[in-house]
Amino acid sequence: MSDRSSKAYWAANVRIILISLAVWFLCSFGMGIILRPMLMGIHIGGADLGFWMAQNGSIYVFLVLIFVYAWRMNKIDKEFGVEE
Amino acid sequence: MDQFTLNLLVVGATFALYIGIAIWARAGSTAEFYAAGQGVPPVMNGMATGADWMSAASFISMAGLIAFGGYEASAYLMGWTGGYVLLALLLAPYLRKFGKFTVPEFIGDRFYSAGARLLAVICLIVISVTYVIGQMTGVGVTFARFLEVSTSTGLYIGAAIVFAYAVLGGMKGITYTQVAQYIVLIVAYTIPALFISLQLTGNILPQLGLIGSYAPSGGDVAFLAKLDAVVTELGFKAYTAESTNYFNMFLFTMSLMIGTAGLPHVIIRFFTVPKVSDARSSAGWALVFIALLYTVAPAVGSMARLNLTTTMWPNAVAGKALEGDAVSLADIASKPELSWVQTWEKTGLLVMKDLNGDGKIQYVNEPAPLAANTKALADATKAKDDAKIAELTAARDPILAEAQVGNSGKTFAEMGLKGNELVTVNNDIMVLANPEIADLPGWVVALVAAGALAAALSTAAGLLLAISSAISHDLIKSTINPNISEKGELLAARISMAFAIALATYLGLNPPGFAAQTVALAFGLAAATIFPALMMGIFSHRINKQGAIVGMLVGLVFTASYIFVYKGWFFIPGTNNLPDTPDQYVFGISPLSIGTVGAILNFIVAYVVSMMTAAPPKHVQDLVESIRVPKGAGKAQAH
Repeated sequence: MSDRSSKAYWAANVRIILISLAVWFLCSFGMGIILRPMLMGIHIGGADLGFWMAQNGSIYVFLVLIFVYAWRMNKIDKEFGVEE
Repeated sequence: MDQFTLNLLVVGATFALYIGIAIWARAGSTAEFYAAGQGVPPVMNGMATGADWMSAASFISMAGLIAFGGYEASAYLMGWTGGYVLLALLLAPYLRKFGKFTVPEFIGDRFYSAGARLLAVICLIVISVTYVIGQMTGVGVTFARFLEVSTSTGLYIGAAIVFAYAVLGGMKGITYTQVAQYIVLIVAYTIPALFISLQLTGNILPQLGLIGSYAPSGGDVAFLAKLDAVVTELGFKAYTAESTNYFNMFLFTMSLMIGTAGLPHVIIRFFTVPKVSDARSSAGWALVFIALLYTVAPAVGSMARLNLTTTMWPNAVAGKALEGDAVSLADIASKPELSWVQTWEKTGLLVMKDLNGDGKIQYVNEPAPLAANTKALADATKAKDDAKIAELTAARDPILAEAQVGNSGKTFAEMGLKGNELVTVNNDIMVLANPEIADLPGWVVALVAAGALAAALSTAAGLLLAISSAISHDLIKSTINPNISEKGELLAARISMAFAIALATYLGLNPPGFAAQTVALAFGLAAATIFPALMMGIFSHRINKQGAIVGMLVGLVFTASYIFVYKGWFFIPGTNNLPDTPDQYVFGISPLSIGTVGAILNFIVAYVVSMMTAAPPKHVQDLVESIRVPKGAGKAQAH
């Protein structure tokens, strides 16, 4: 792999990581902790949104994040021809 | 068949299964011993990682922490799962591409320094040994409760089982055994939860039951609202109440997350998969199997809390707790559905005292002045200080005349109470007694015993492997005797594992009395030393030997010192410099949360020192380039 495409591959990877981490932070530390007082009015069944995110919701988001990341990276690996 | 025979049969059957797998999956080479020959498919590896990760703490203690901690205990739920996102995105694929066997090996190569490698070995051993003590004590306690042997006999049996399959099979044997252990533990955890959720909310899925409505009173009130109403009536903090210190909760969650991502026994799981892309999805599969337990845990905790409270105050099911009578001692002695209360009383994990002698057990929260008096009185009684006891007892009546019982509007004196009569409820009861509280059949009780053992044994085995590979591979092979043959190294690995098991058993028999606090140390150190070193090693070309070593040292010393200042130096009781109470913490940061600060310091110091010293040599920069690209991972090489 040439130097340029190797830089582009890494940049693409880092971009996806940053987006994923932004979602990771928003759903756990954001909605689950810092923003909970503001989200009190929104309800998921018998729980307020912040409480539910902290106890259940964030875990579902984490799961989706990892699989989406793995899927996106496999695609990028192929685009750049670096897959195994 | 009585409960004891049933427990023996179920636990015996699972143990036979583990040994059978161990014999089938013996390790023949160091590659198989350290990394299962890198042939474990991602789904199966995910399942094994799940069992490896979910310890006695996850299985037995976490739901209890949530039951009594309520919303604030969410830190455990988010922290112990969110770390897998960091692993999948920031560490696992690159470390798999690096293609060696241990975490210190990566740190030693990337920072071209035997010193850095040694420092990583020390951190790894401190983290893993503190962790393994908790598992061994968990094994002993579970045996003692369900199989009626002494705690030490239980420990010996557990150690013998781990010895058999971990020493024989290495990573290969451990991985396949963990797959079986995962299945045992998840079935044992979820079956009681399904039953209880159905009973309390009419919803078989605990995840939906948690946000569903409370069925026994007609279903017009939400389950969580009912729980809040019942516990606040008795003077406890509402289950869903907001955190009193969001800043500390934030740091605590972060510490658990980066600590999880930095735990060596979890990281080495990702060396066992065939390809880099498998390392990414394997973290996802691990989280799938972990989430099966972790999304059920809040329901288990909250429902057990409500069941416990309505058992103590039967009127709370349909109306107000305090308008009815508390549960009577006569009922506890005679009613079969309350027999679990007596069973657990015998273990000392549940303590009742009929203080006012009315034949009933009133379970209420004592307001601060009364609770302080109660605690001082208990301390004085323990110290046999008669003058102090008399003084505190005399002070009690005026306090009782002032203190309110929950939100009843009446004082303890007016209601004829002398204090909270359910003196102790240990967190661990919430999961272990769950099937009995819900009056489930005997085989479910036996299954919970087998599940708790599976959780503790699988984690202990993973930790022991991490310790033994650090000793045989990072110390003996790399430093003491580099010319050791493959066969010799394998023997050394097995001997160091046997030694690690003996040490863990010894420490499990003589727990230094601080097992719970040491977990804070394990997570804090993993967060402040190993995670930052690995991440900087992958994401920066510029961080050099000096930066990494000084950074790790600063993280290690700072984090350990902050914990020791509050918990006692090396956890020796009485050597703490400041009392372990929130008003003494710097900026309200508890010792449990300090790992985050240690990690930040590590990053900053490593960056500054690296910038002031020479860049890493060319071959190290090439190494960083090569681990960033999946192509050409292949088999791990024993260099």
